Amino acid sequence: MKLDLERVSLEYPNGVRAINQVSCGIDRSERVAIIGPSGAGKTTLLRLLATALRPTAGTLTVLGADPWRASRGELRRLRGRIGMVHQAPPIPPRQRVVTAVLAGRLGQWPAWRSLASLVYPLDMPGAERMLARMEIADKLFERCDQLSGGQLQRVGVARVLYQQPDLILTDEPVSAVDPALSDRIIGELNREAIERGVTLVASLHAVDLALHWFPRVIGVKGGEIAFDLPPVRISDAMLRELYASEMAQVPTQGYQPFETMVPGVRRKPVYF
Amino acid sequence: MAHADSALQPRDPAALPRLALTVLVLALLWPGFSLTEFDPAVLIDGRSRETMGKFVSTFFPLETSPGFLQLVARSTLETLAIATAGTVLAMLLAAPCALVITRSLSISRIGPGPGYWLGRILRLPARFAMMFFRSIPEIVWALLFVRAVGLGPAAGVLAIGVTYGGMLGKVYSEILESNDARPAAALLETGSGRTAAFFYGLWPVALPELVSYTVYRWECAVRASVIMGFVGAGGLGLQMELSMRMLNGGEISTILLVFLLLVMLADAVSAILRKVTA
Repeated sequence: MKLDLERVSLEYPNGVRAINQVSCGIDRSERVAIIGPSGAGKTTLLRLLATALRPTAGTLTVLGADPWRASRGELRRLRGRIGMVHQAPPIPPRQRVVTAVLAGRLGQWPAWRSLASLVYPLDMPGAERMLARMEIADKLFERCDQLSGGQLQRVGVARVLYQQPDLILTDEPVSAVDPALSDRIIGELNREAIERGVTLVASLHAVDLALHWFPRVIGVKGGEIAFDLPPVRISDAMLRELYASEMAQVPTQGYQPFETMVPGVRRKPVYF
Repeated sequence: MAHADSALQPRDPAALPRLALTVLVLALLWPGFSLTEFDPAVLIDGRSRETMGKFVSTFFPLETSPGFLQLVARSTLETLAIATAGTVLAMLLAAPCALVITRSLSISRIGPGPGYWLGRILRLPARFAMMFFRSIPEIVWALLFVRAVGLGPAAGVLAIGVTYGGMLGKVYSEILESNDARPAAALLETGSGRTAAFFYGLWPVALPELVSYTVYRWECAVRASVIMGFVGAGGLGLQMELSMRMLNGGEISTILLVFLLLVMLADAVSAILRKVTA
C-alpha cells in the first residue's frame, strides 16, 4: 500500500526530459505536498503516480503494485483506487452536478450500474453528502455550466471524495480559488486522508499552504527533487533557491510577501 | 474638397492582387461550364422559354382530388417511415462502430498495459467497413436489396441503413474526436470502462452536435427515399414516378409541395431538438 519511485525518468516524445532519475518513497497514509516553480515537473510526477503516464526508465510502484506489469483488469482496478483532483476540473459543462460527483465511482461500479445511474441517479444522498462537505449541497441538481469557477473546483473535489480512493492526488487544486476557500478545500482533503488513513499527494502553487497543512514537503526543480523535508526544517533560503529561476519572490496565497509571515505560524503542520 | 486632388488619395495596395485572383478563379471555372455544355443564353432563348413555360404551366393547378390526396398522404407516411426506420438502422450500425473507432476513448492511448490489442485489431476493420458502406450510393444498395427482399419499402430501409450507417459512423467519430476529450480521459484514468467513460465524459459534450447531424441525415434520408422509390422501393418516389410517366404536372407539383413541407418539418424538428439538448 505504498508508493515507490526508483530512479524513475520520464521523457516526452518531443525529447523534453520532465522527470530525471527521481527516487522517493511515500508510505501509506502519509500526506505530502509537492512545490516548485512552473515547469519543474510537478504535474508529470503526479501523472506518473496516477498511472496516466508510463515512465521511460526506472521502476514505479503504486499502492504496492507495478502498474506497468499488471494485466488489463488489474490495471483498471488499480486506477479505480486512485483519485485525481485536476487543476481545471474535467467535467462536461452540460452535465449535472449529481452526475459529475457520482462519476467518481465509475471505476468501481459495474457497467450496468453506471448506465442505470444515468437514467436515474442511484446514490443521490451519497453525492449530496460530499457536496455538503464542500458547502455546495444546494447545487446538487444544477448544471455544471451554471457554477462559478470555485464551485466547479469543489465539485471536482467532491467527486474524488465520493470515489473514496486509497490514493488521493491533487494537481494544484486551488490555483484559481480565493485564500479562504483554498484553506477549506485543502483542509477537507487532509481530513479525508487522515480519517480514512489514505495517502495524499498534492502539488501546490502557494508555498504557505504546503507548509501549513502538510507534514512532508517535496521541492521539485528541473525534474529532480531539490529537498524532501518536514516544513520545520525547510529554511527561507532553500525556498528562495527553489524559486530563484522563476520570480523575485516565493509564491504564496494572495501574493503577500513570504518573509512578512510569522515563522511559527507558517511552519506548523496541522494535526486533527 | 480636400480629396479632390486624386494624387492625394491613398490607393488600396491589395486591389491588383485581388483582381488577378478573381480573373484566375473565373478562368479556372470556365472549363467546367463549357465541358457540361452550360449555356445560360439557351435559357432565355425564345423557343426554349416557350417549351419550359408549357412544361411549368402543366404544374398548375395542383392536383387536389380527394382520391389523389389520400394516395399522397399514404405515400408520405410510407416515405417518413422508410426514412425514419432507415436512419434508426443507420444509427444502430454507426454508434458501435464510432465507439470502436474514436481514438479519444482508447484506453491503450493512456497506457498500454498488456492486453489492449483487441481495440487496435478491431479499429481498422471498423474503419474500412464504414468506408465501404458509404462509398456505394444508396440507389445501388437499393437495387441490390430490391433483388434480395423484393419490391417495397423494406429495400429502401435497408439501403438507407447501410449507406447512412457508413456516413453517420464516420461523422460521429469525427464529432467525438473534435470535442473536448479531457473529461473522458480523466474517467479512464480513474479506472472507468470505455462505455461508462463515453456516457459520462463524451456524450454530454457532443450530444447537441450528434443530434443535429443525425436529424440532418434524416432529412437527407427523406429525399433519398424518394429517389429510391423510382427503383421500386416504395413511398412518395413511386407516386412521383407514376405521375411523371403519365406527364401529370398537377400531381407532380402536389408531391413537390409535400417535399417542401417535409423539409420544413425536418428543420423544425432539428431546431427543437437542438434547443432541448443545448
